[in-house]
Amino acid sequence: MFAYVLKRLGLAVLVALAVSMIAFLLLRLSGDPAIAIAGEGARQADIELIRKTYGFDRPLAVQYVAWLGKTVTGDLGESIYFKTPAAPLIFSKLQTTMVLGLLSLAFALAVSVPLGVAAAVYRNSWIDRLCLALAVLGQALPNFFFALLLIMLFSITLRWLPVSGSGTWQHFVMPTIALGYYAAPAFMRLIRAGMIEVLEADYIRTARAKGLPASQVIFKHALRNAVVPVVALAAVQLGFLLGGSVVVETIFALDGLGYLAYQSITFKDYPVMQSIVLLLSVIYVVLTLASDVANAWLDPRIRVA
Amino acid sequence: MAGSLTTEAAAAGIEPGGIVVAAPGLLRRVWKNKAVVVGGGLLLLIVFIALAAPWISPFDPYAQDLANRNVPPFWYDAGSWLHPLGTDPLGRDYLSRVFYGARISLLIGISVAIISGLIGTTMGLLAGYFGGKTDMLVSFMVTTRLSMPVILFALATVAIVGGSLWVVIAVLGLLKWDRFAVVMRSATQQVRSLDYVAAAQAAGASTTRVLLGEVLPNVLPHLIVVATLEAASAILLEAALSFLGLGVQPPLPSWGLMISEAKSYMFFSFWLIAIPGTALAVLIFAINLAGDGLRDLLSPEGRT
Repeated sequence: MFAYVLKRLGLAVLVALAVSMIAFLLLRLSGDPAIAIAGEGARQADIELIRKTYGFDRPLAVQYVAWLGKTVTGDLGESIYFKTPAAPLIFSKLQTTMVLGLLSLAFALAVSVPLGVAAAVYRNSWIDRLCLALAVLGQALPNFFFALLLIMLFSITLRWLPVSGSGTWQHFVMPTIALGYYAAPAFMRLIRAGMIEVLEADYIRTARAKGLPASQVIFKHALRNAVVPVVALAAVQLGFLLGGSVVVETIFALDGLGYLAYQSITFKDYPVMQSIVLLLSVIYVVLTLASDVANAWLDPRIRVA
Repeated sequence: MAGSLTTEAAAAGIEPGGIVVAAPGLLRRVWKNKAVVVGGGLLLLIVFIALAAPWISPFDPYAQDLANRNVPPFWYDAGSWLHPLGTDPLGRDYLSRVFYGARISLLIGISVAIISGLIGTTMGLLAGYFGGKTDMLVSFMVTTRLSMPVILFALATVAIVGGSLWVVIAVLGLLKWDRFAVVMRSATQQVRSLDYVAAAQAAGASTTRVLLGEVLPNVLPHLIVVATLEAASAILLEAALSFLGLGVQPPLPSWGLMISEAKSYMFFSFWLIAIPGTALAVLIFAINLAGDGLRDLLSPEGRT
């Protein structure tokens, strides 16, 4: 187990390094950062000065190592637009996005577990078909369009929720639904497939033969085994949800990392943009590492392979 | 790594073990599969609209008529049959723009599926066939790619390079090969050890010939299913990018862009966002339904 964790950890570090290299190159090869900082129409002398001060005249590899060294120690540079250090700016927004991501994940599971179980138990009935139709329809609705529909319903027609902003729990309701519904179909399919497999197992037949009530067989015996793959998918999906927060937070002007990413992209605030891209990638790497280790712990066969 | 790649394959809905033989009576089975018939039929209709857009559109989709702005569709009292789906805030005929928008969405879906399909299939075939170091390298590249949030990287790249239809296609094509690689890799691993592949190798066929002539045709069904799902996902991503203003640029009638342009009018003229939104949802629904149906059709046990 220890060897497996070590191997997996080494891989995670390599992946994080590869992503950092891509993030660095993407923003460095795309244009002259000195011009971006000086602004359009700056004098040539000023641009040269900035290039020297920031060290943009050094070879790329040297710049990368210097940038990586600073990044690892928590120095993410200075925001060009907000004129403040990038690290505190980014980490102050991280909490909102993490809360949104976890709420969305919880929402997706709350919707998909009952539907997935119902679809498996009443396999090939109209309930199953309805659940499947819901999944296909849910995946067909673009999340930004769904978000606008939510605003029309809850803010304009019913006047229950604020259109946009952040601060109170009400501001999280629509973003959570808009972000979470999109992850639900994948969970539902996985739970349905897992439940169908488990329900045919011998120990379920035994449990039924013992005369246990159906609800106990389904929820205590079957579901517990069907959720193992869901744990792995949950980590992957949480990563996707954090990425998807860019669209949803922007629509609802929810003051998190996704909204900051959108602002930094539109203002061409490269240091902030680069740091958010890297941070979200690293979070994803950590999440998949955690889920792989958790799976290896749950299922010894994975460790050996 | 193997763990997360397997999860990815499972999320794509492709279980190992599904090697497909073109069974007799395939046409009858296609016809019996309602998902393929309904999804495929809708998709054909949209393809027809896209191809025939210049002939069936009542107006030029770019022609502005500032005297007739925000005219509602025919089912409102103020609407008229002159503009069946009304006009946008610049007085352009909405029906014509929706028709032309189908071209953009389909172009994006097909081009991205081809570009990312070529990259991912090559990587998956090589990894699955050779195993060992090649497999490790490909798996590493897939793991790295998966840890980069697509929408964020696409937004950043478009912001740097500048938005246009071709930039969006290139960016998404270069980002979305991961699922092709994962699925092709596991499918190839299963085909590799089969007798006819060994026979071809024994007969002295070159590696390229074995891969393209023996392995590829037998993993093709998986490839088609992944391609449909990735096309749908690319269309949604383009719409989201264009909605955020960092995708296809005005005056092109991208459905995502149309929703973005109408956003500030949606409280008074709801149809302005409802019509392109519905168009997008119908297209994605059709592609996913057809893809789901194909997957059931092509898996040996049918739907499980």
